Amino acid sequence: MSGPSSYQPSHPALKWFEQRLPIIGLVHSSFVAYPTPRNLNYWWTFGAILSLMLGVQIITGVILAMHYTPHADLAFKSVELIVRDVNYGWLLRNMHACGASMFFLAVYIHMFRGLYYGSYKAPREVLWILGVIIYLLMMATGFMGYVLPWGQMSFWGATVITNLFSAVPYFGESIVTLLWGGYSVGNPTLNRFFALHYLLPFLIAGVVVLHVWALHVAGQNNPAGVEPKTEKDMVPFTPYATIKDFYGVTCFLIFYSWFIFYMPNYLGDADNYIPANPAVTPAHIVPEWYYLPFYAILRSVPNKLAGVIAMFAAIIVLVFLPWLDAAKTRSNKYRPLGKQFFWIFVVVCIGLGYLGAQPPEGVYVVLGRILTVLYFAYFLIVLPLLARIETPRPLPNSIADDVLAKSGRKAVATAAVALVAVASLFAGSMGEARANEGTETPPSVKWSFAGPFGKFDRGAVQRGLKIYKEVCSNCHSLNYVAFRNLAEPGGPGYSVAQAAAFAADYKIKDGPNDAGDMFERPGRPADYFPAPFPNEQAARSANGGAAPPDLSLIAKARSYKRGFPWFLIDFFTQFQEQGPNYVNALLQGYEDNPPHGVTIPDGSYYNKYFPGNAIKMPKPLSDGQVTFDDGSPTTVAQYAHDVSTFLMWTAEPHMEARKRLGYQVFIFLIIFAGLMYFTKKRVWAAAH
Amino acid sequence: MTASTADHPTRRDFLFVATGATAAVGGVAALWPFISQMNPDASTIAAGAPIEVDLTPVAEGQDIKVFWRGKPIYISHRTKKQVEEVRAVPVSSLPDPASDQSRTKDGHEQWLVVIGICTHLGCIPIAHEGNYDGFFCPCHGSQYDASGRVRQGPAPLNLPVPPYQFVSDTKIQIG
Repeated sequence: MSGPSSYQPSHPALKWFEQRLPIIGLVHSSFVAYPTPRNLNYWWTFGAILSLMLGVQIITGVILAMHYTPHADLAFKSVELIVRDVNYGWLLRNMHACGASMFFLAVYIHMFRGLYYGSYKAPREVLWILGVIIYLLMMATGFMGYVLPWGQMSFWGATVITNLFSAVPYFGESIVTLLWGGYSVGNPTLNRFFALHYLLPFLIAGVVVLHVWALHVAGQNNPAGVEPKTEKDMVPFTPYATIKDFYGVTCFLIFYSWFIFYMPNYLGDADNYIPANPAVTPAHIVPEWYYLPFYAILRSVPNKLAGVIAMFAAIIVLVFLPWLDAAKTRSNKYRPLGKQFFWIFVVVCIGLGYLGAQPPEGVYVVLGRILTVLYFAYFLIVLPLLARIETPRPLPNSIADDVLAKSGRKAVATAAVALVAVASLFAGSMGEARANEGTETPPSVKWSFAGPFGKFDRGAVQRGLKIYKEVCSNCHSLNYVAFRNLAEPGGPGYSVAQAAAFAADYKIKDGPNDAGDMFERPGRPADYFPAPFPNEQAARSANGGAAPPDLSLIAKARSYKRGFPWFLIDFFTQFQEQGPNYVNALLQGYEDNPPHGVTIPDGSYYNKYFPGNAIKMPKPLSDGQVTFDDGSPTTVAQYAHDVSTFLMWTAEPHMEARKRLGYQVFIFLIIFAGLMYFTKKRVWAAAH
Repeated sequence: MTASTADHPTRRDFLFVATGATAAVGGVAALWPFISQMNPDASTIAAGAPIEVDLTPVAEGQDIKVFWRGKPIYISHRTKKQVEEVRAVPVSSLPDPASDQSRTKDGHEQWLVVIGICTHLGCIPIAHEGNYDGFFCPCHGSQYDASGRVRQGPAPLNLPVPPYQFVSDTKIQIG
């Protein structure tokens, strides 16, 4: 993309083609012969990582769209069916959901790198502004994508974010109605969000082409921030930058796979495993981690319109950055004050992210306001001022001089450490927001399915199934579990015949028959567990006004606050068992006499682990209620353990397959990363 | 990338080849989930389980259409005349030679069970139509006899017989 190509095809057929459409020459001049500064560090590989993530998101997204149903009544179910029934559906969904987080993580690193090394300065202003446009498009795409599973957070996130536009004077309400296509968030909203979520990534890809074009016109910036002078300053893109980018990508894939295979729900919110309910708002509405800093800015401003303006201004200010920072020196390496303020700014952004996940009360509000002021001060006061008062350190004469002056290569280690630290900080701050008023934290149980090699205890799953059948199923449905699942690998371990016999014990409503009547027949493996009540109203009225929740996903739909530093440790220990811990504790948390001073309304029961302590479900299990053939103790503790194990399996029937494939992928990626490291070293040996 | 020649294999060559080969293996393996997801999912496979059909309501000369795996299955209760006619046809004279005996179950020769999808381009033939007292496809005029064998028109093959068996004299299981 930078002038006429030096590419000379030798084959006559290629020559013929090249004269008519010089596309090979274009690729050759842009990605092969293109000169790239020889002193680029690993922070520069995030451009390639972002291209990869855009590709992964588009490919997995197109595939998910093949199986997804954009309808308010079916969307949640269709996502569950993707995860449960489609071949490798769980993998594709995890790749896409975690991929969004990885995309944003990479883009933030990419942006901070540009900020640190002054990559937005002349002649790269347009390149930078195109990047800001990509970032805005990404935010819109990510938000609409999060709405599609149509869980509680999807629904309420959509409601809150679209309501931002109601702050517009005079037209606010009309704009919001226009966005919704109705009087509230509903099916039309979901449909248009799906269409736009499919469209926007291709717009992003288009702007990325412009971004790369602008990059190749201006040339890449580099850590020294001096323009290349001679050929000695440069190396050809291929093989030098290509191999380095591939190595960076491979390392990033290891990090990404950690989430896909071992922590798929670490970055998500448990509430999104509860189907959208327009009548109940979750206790704490928290956006995905990548929006948290802006969410914090929004909430820091007490006026509605001003808050919305501040939030958008926090992004738009980036557009003006090339003119706000008038310093001649690009790289903060040579700006003693600029460097310090940069790191303060990074801390401010992470701090805002942390505050965005906290409840908007007390000290958090004050801190939020301080950090909001600091955020804007960096762009509007610090950077313009520094340009006048700062004395930069002398710049190296050339890039080649910079390379010679370099000591060691600690960039890889720094990159990896920073990556993990930033990710876990952001992600962990998410978990902080879980509600936990006046209830005890469930004790952590040692689960057979925990950890990277965890497997379900077959006996426990079978006993849990028996308890569900004899006790829980009187009130709770299990809508997403079919009898055939009982014979699938990684579950209770029944044979196909056993599952069929189990199914045949149930009466399933079918029809209409030839006479137009509904009839009952014995269950088949393809049938789903029948629900105890025909509809939610019946369930509600039979249970004192509280409909017993469906249990299929309960082990993923319940969580509790982990707190600092546990959320950081959880990232490394792969702790994911809040749900089963909670279910296990809840079933044992009943006390006949509530503690002194606690009053429980009539028709409710005291449970020390239930949020608010007053639960409508009476104590469901007592010692000796269910008998076991395998001699396991018939105690409430054993029942609670077994039911929790069973419900973890119903929530994630392919967990064993996920962990097994993860193990294989990790072995592969570590070997490959090692090979790539040595290959990269070998290729670069000539250049250093 | 492999700049040196094959005559002088070096450690550099080996490293590059090993890295390239590993990348190729990983790339191909990573493709599999993206292809495999196109196949029928577990619920579709489960819904394609065998079905049982009660034959008692089907009188002689009548036929019913049931669906199995989304495909229409014709179950014809053939008359004696139809059975005699199709069995009298010399097999070698047919475009797709097959005897009626091979297309029906012994002792139940009055029952014909065929997948009602024209072997030409997938339209559904109409029962009891055409010149052979069998099936007539309205799309491109293919004609099948009462044994579901193609007799005339562009269809290359007979109507396929789905896997089925008699559970009792009046009940069959398809699949």
